[in-house]
Amino acid sequence: MHGVVMVFFFLIPSIPAVLGNFLVPIMIGAKDLAFPRINLLSWYIYVLGGVFTLFAALSGGVDTGWTFYTPYSTAASNSHVMSAALGVFITGFSSILTGLNFIVTIHRMRAPGMTWFRLPLFIWAHYATSLIMILGTPVIAITVLMVAAERALHLGIFDPALGGDPVLFQHLFWFYSHPAVYIMILPAMGVISEIVQAFSRKNIFGYSFIAFSSLAIAVIGFFVWGHHLFVAGQSVYAGLIFSFISFLVAIPSAIKVFNWTATIYKGSVSLDSPMLYAFGFIGLFTIGGLTGLVLATMGIDIHVHDTYFVVAHFHYIMVGGAIMGYLGGLHYWWPKMTGKLYSEAWSKFSALIVFVGFNLTFFPQFIAGYIGMPRRYHAYPPEFQVLNVLSSAGASILAVGYIIPLIYFMYSLVAGEKAANDPWGSRGLEWEIPSPPPTENFTVTPVVTEGTHQYVHPSQEVGVA
Amino acid sequence: MFTNFPLFPQQASVQAGQVDAIYFFVVAITAFFSLIIAGAIAFFAAKYRRRHDAEVGVAIHGSLILEILWSVIPFFLTMGMFAWGAKVFFDLYRPPAGAMEIFVVGKQWMWKIQHMDGQREINELHVPVGRPVKLIMGSEDVIHSFYIPAFRVKADVIPGRYNTLWFEATKPGTYHLFCAEYCGTKHSGMTGRVVAMDPADYQAWLSGGSASDSPVAAGEKLFQDLVCNTCHIQGSQGRGPVLTNLFGNTVELQDGGRVTADEAYIRESIVNPQAKIVAGFQPIMPTFQGLVTEEQLLQLIAYVRSLSAQGTAPSPAGTAAPTMPQKSDQPVQEPRKPGR
Repeated sequence: MHGVVMVFFFLIPSIPAVLGNFLVPIMIGAKDLAFPRINLLSWYIYVLGGVFTLFAALSGGVDTGWTFYTPYSTAASNSHVMSAALGVFITGFSSILTGLNFIVTIHRMRAPGMTWFRLPLFIWAHYATSLIMILGTPVIAITVLMVAAERALHLGIFDPALGGDPVLFQHLFWFYSHPAVYIMILPAMGVISEIVQAFSRKNIFGYSFIAFSSLAIAVIGFFVWGHHLFVAGQSVYAGLIFSFISFLVAIPSAIKVFNWTATIYKGSVSLDSPMLYAFGFIGLFTIGGLTGLVLATMGIDIHVHDTYFVVAHFHYIMVGGAIMGYLGGLHYWWPKMTGKLYSEAWSKFSALIVFVGFNLTFFPQFIAGYIGMPRRYHAYPPEFQVLNVLSSAGASILAVGYIIPLIYFMYSLVAGEKAANDPWGSRGLEWEIPSPPPTENFTVTPVVTEGTHQYVHPSQEVGVA
Repeated sequence: MFTNFPLFPQQASVQAGQVDAIYFFVVAITAFFSLIIAGAIAFFAAKYRRRHDAEVGVAIHGSLILEILWSVIPFFLTMGMFAWGAKVFFDLYRPPAGAMEIFVVGKQWMWKIQHMDGQREINELHVPVGRPVKLIMGSEDVIHSFYIPAFRVKADVIPGRYNTLWFEATKPGTYHLFCAEYCGTKHSGMTGRVVAMDPADYQAWLSGGSASDSPVAAGEKLFQDLVCNTCHIQGSQGRGPVLTNLFGNTVELQDGGRVTADEAYIRESIVNPQAKIVAGFQPIMPTFQGLVTEEQLLQLIAYVRSLSAQGTAPSPAGTAAPTMPQKSDQPVQEPRKPGR
């Protein structure tokens, strides 16, 4: 239940829906998304999917985990698999429509002069994300529909007792669900690229490498799903290919981290709260990404597969990455979205709390996993006790770190100082319009003459692209 | 609370050291890069901190040389990890010839284990140290995963097929056995222990207790009880194919295909006989799905194997020559180094 709600209803939609819907049109100089009504429809669909999932939760929950592995989900589980699966199915359409909307908007609605290589990196990241959304989501939709069909009609698709193949489900599921990790992390990477530039007052180092690495991650990400099946008895040779491609996907991720680091070099660095979240993101993403190498190494994966090592790894990537990106973006653009300023001292404090709490929660799980604690164990031998207590303590600290922003954001809406057009001294189309922006964003369609985050006049520039 | 607080798992199999070695290699490289990134960010953030409000950074657009360096160096490092990891995986995956075999059946929520000379155990697995052990595993219901952390081995146990796993224990002791694939609400109760014993102690354990029929004997009895023998007649042609010397050999099928008669093929031929019809025979065999349990299927397979020279498993008591090839399609394992 935790996984279903967090993955499908928070991590996947959070940045594209909250920040993307707002910023994609503004950043390219458009009045709105290409299909505003479809955008509204995708919100209604999301709510409908949420209702089904909420029903599953309130009526006793679903005990399959978010992975719905067959034949447990189709033949054994007595919990509310149907409504949860339908919730996932329905919400998928929300994702597809959002992706479609972004792609059309980015292709068709750029302001005069906004060429592809002047696009903010946030836009490139959302473009890559949208590709995954429209290419991957139909697969999970069909897959959960097949689970529902086998459960209700006893069609033999996955259950070997009915002539099906349970491992087929894992292939279909991870064909979407591995790229889905990139749906969560790519928008966050886009946010971080913007923040690192704004708070270094410096244009990005290696623009085209960051932009194309997003596309590379989106494309290569579709060919790594089999690394979830190293111990499931898939062909050894298939495993080899999947391991190889999984290592390849690490390269564009590494390129991003190195370029962000190089961007700070000779910048004018200000440690405002969005930048603290960006540093937090780079830290957590680096740990999460590099432990991904441990898991991609087939010989090690046999040992750590389905242990807490995996739990720690994907929380660092998906949760650490997506939440740091989301909170960083929220803090960066909050003045723009609401026209109000929040407490800088409290926001720095909470960024620190989130970072400390997160690491205390999930770092011990790497150790527990390597010692051999399997996932999804609520009861365990005593030698895992200390590490689990540390994790629980960290989770409590993390919760405090999430509650504090909730309070000061709400407070800023009521009593916050009014935000100027450009409170950070940043550059970009969104900072040239009032805070909050008028309904149609721009009174006059802007004409773009340079890329984003140009803080220095071209005549004073050093270095070449 | 802190009296039992290990930070690293025990090493108790020949594989454990191999897995840990590559783990340390990958962790060392990743820690090195993490520290470089963290150090560089901290250093730059301090050195280039904003000194007055209107200050801006220096416009630097990039460096192709740096981009190539930080793409190519990580690429070769990861390829090193890939190659070494694949090597370890292959070693973990392929059981050495002559490994002692044990049947495992997973069900919600227990492990049922049957030794080749009849001993049965639930949630316990007794094995001798110093001898490769191969587990042939099936599931009665949902997917489980057989995991022994101290040995660094794991394999999913999937209904409708057999997966194998092998290890060679090096240290006598008692180790955790976990189910590592979520299999229902009592998943975390599907645990047990693996007892690795000195060969002499293991012999004593084998001869103690009440052993039931060996899987081969039980399979033979089933073969008669289920009247398989009316069609599959020993040594002469009946309405069904002869099973003598079937196991491990290639079977010609009605549709022109070929299949190697392994455990999966025999299982399929029992529960879904129409799937692969042997050339020259009619599709007249009924399905036995639901009539035989997973354990009985394994016993029938053990019996069919025993009819074939290639299918004869080494005796669990360790009397058979451990180098005897056990299946024709298995690669010959390199000679074992002494002292491992």
